[in-house]
Amino acid sequence: MEREVIKKINILDDNAMSELSIQEKELKNAPVLRNGDDYHSDYMTLNLGPSHPATHGVFQNVLTLDGEIIVDSDQTIGYIHRAFEKIAERRPYYQITPLTDRLNYCSSPINNMGWHMTVEKLIGVDIPKRAQYMRVIIMELARIADHLVCNSVIGVDTGALTGFTYVFQWREKIYDIFEQICGARLTTNIGRIGGLERDFNPEVYRLLKAFLAEFPAKFTEFRNLLERNRIFYDRTVGAGPISGERALNYGFTGPNLRATGVDYDVRVANPYSSYQDFDFSIPVGEKGDTYDRFMVRQEEIVESLKIIQQAMDNMPEGKYFADVPEFFLPPKEDVYTKMEALIWHFKIIMGETEIPKGEVYHSVEGGNGELGFYLLSDGGRAPYKLHFRRPCFIFYQAYPEMIRGGMLSDAVVTLSSLNVIAGELDA
Amino acid sequence: MELVTNEYLLERLKSQFGDAIISAELPYNLLTLVIDPSGILDMLKWLNTDEILKFRFLTDICGSHFPDFKDKELCVIYHVQSMENNVRLRLKAFLPINKPEISSVESLYSSANWMERETYDFYGVIFTGHPNLKRILNVDEMDYFPLRKEYPLEDGTRSDKEDQYFGR
Repeated sequence: MEREVIKKINILDDNAMSELSIQEKELKNAPVLRNGDDYHSDYMTLNLGPSHPATHGVFQNVLTLDGEIIVDSDQTIGYIHRAFEKIAERRPYYQITPLTDRLNYCSSPINNMGWHMTVEKLIGVDIPKRAQYMRVIIMELARIADHLVCNSVIGVDTGALTGFTYVFQWREKIYDIFEQICGARLTTNIGRIGGLERDFNPEVYRLLKAFLAEFPAKFTEFRNLLERNRIFYDRTVGAGPISGERALNYGFTGPNLRATGVDYDVRVANPYSSYQDFDFSIPVGEKGDTYDRFMVRQEEIVESLKIIQQAMDNMPEGKYFADVPEFFLPPKEDVYTKMEALIWHFKIIMGETEIPKGEVYHSVEGGNGELGFYLLSDGGRAPYKLHFRRPCFIFYQAYPEMIRGGMLSDAVVTLSSLNVIAGELDA
Repeated sequence: MELVTNEYLLERLKSQFGDAIISAELPYNLLTLVIDPSGILDMLKWLNTDEILKFRFLTDICGSHFPDFKDKELCVIYHVQSMENNVRLRLKAFLPINKPEISSVESLYSSANWMERETYDFYGVIFTGHPNLKRILNVDEMDYFPLRKEYPLEDGTRSDKEDQYFGR
């Protein structure tokens, strides 16, 4: 640190002229944004973040501005890094689920299910159809909640707060359903390895039915508010575009990739949890700009509703958990009355279950892309190595390229339309 | 068009890079190759440009540390994917801990930039040719690589979670 400062002073003292010429050279190398060759305008440095209200999370972007046009940007991430991968190397498998909650906290059930399915793949257990359908309902509700947050926030960033307050009521109702299923709202820790912790109670079905009956009409109002709105249109069309080819090269997945016209969805490419049973379509965009990303999410909400309806209609009979006593906690009343249940309970809690050796990669379609889990097990109580493929972390690095040459206000809507979640970005 | 199966993929890779492939496995139906670290860039370039295989999507890069493997303590794990064929491939390259160098694949996949920085940040793997190899999630002043196994998560004197107390 000290050495650098001294060096800078020396440069200024000795050859201030050459310093200047270096700067000028850098300016010339910067992308040309104006007509003609006027390089002598003053570039301004602006810190967007880390705690700016328009960034919706802890992101820092050091922008180089020419007037209101962005010349370059430099990102700093890691403000809320919590060393999940290190912590996971010391925890039994069932204790890792709460860590996944805190990745993309807008749709934590999807992360939970992704982790359960990874472990289930490792131990080679098939989950009953009923549990799979229940999981699909939960995951699609989480996707709706995630997309509602993202899309309504795009509205806020373009100056329309109404839609935000409007759809947050419905996100609240989704959280009410989660609360009925598992007792928690945001960081859900929903489900268990081998199934779900309990069956849906009648109240869940009542809330689900009410949601499916009432939400579409209200959602249509939200759509009418923004989708053909002239102001919204002007602000979002052409803001932060990216081509399909660049998006693939940057590792985009999820709605952000589909907005560029690439129809890749993990639910269809590698179906998990019986997604092959459902009839739904994959909306794609064209130009990969903010409006396309917004529209892809809007349409996905509609598709998710369709999936939930189908899962409700065709809910199979059966058990809500698989026969894996080594991993699935027995019901409490059995623990108190039955010898075997007590033994399993003790073994699970003390981390004494046999875990096979092996390495497995499993991915699910998260709220903002392919959420992957790379798990390497050496047979110990905790994973030898666990890596989260976090979609945000991978596509956020394209952000400077997307906003370069655009306006500062476009950068803000681009950031919110990418749906970058700080918890997932920093792990 | 030929259907790209794991067998076909392995055959093609073996005929192209016979010597660079040290071993091949198929855990959970995902072809996993242990390769010579010096061949990573050539192999990915070939996989990327091949007319049939089209491995144009880099899913993930991560590292791992095996203190017991002499002279190949560190491991870099690549997951690549061919979306057209819906096939995934895992490549593993083992590196000695005192000279953990492997060439960067940033020129092929822009997404590798941060993934490699993350791997460097946590395991100290040097990706030669990387344009901006510095720490990403940890502070710049950190002088160790925290995900290596010599850094225990908890207090070293704590023994209530040792495996030996659990019949292992």
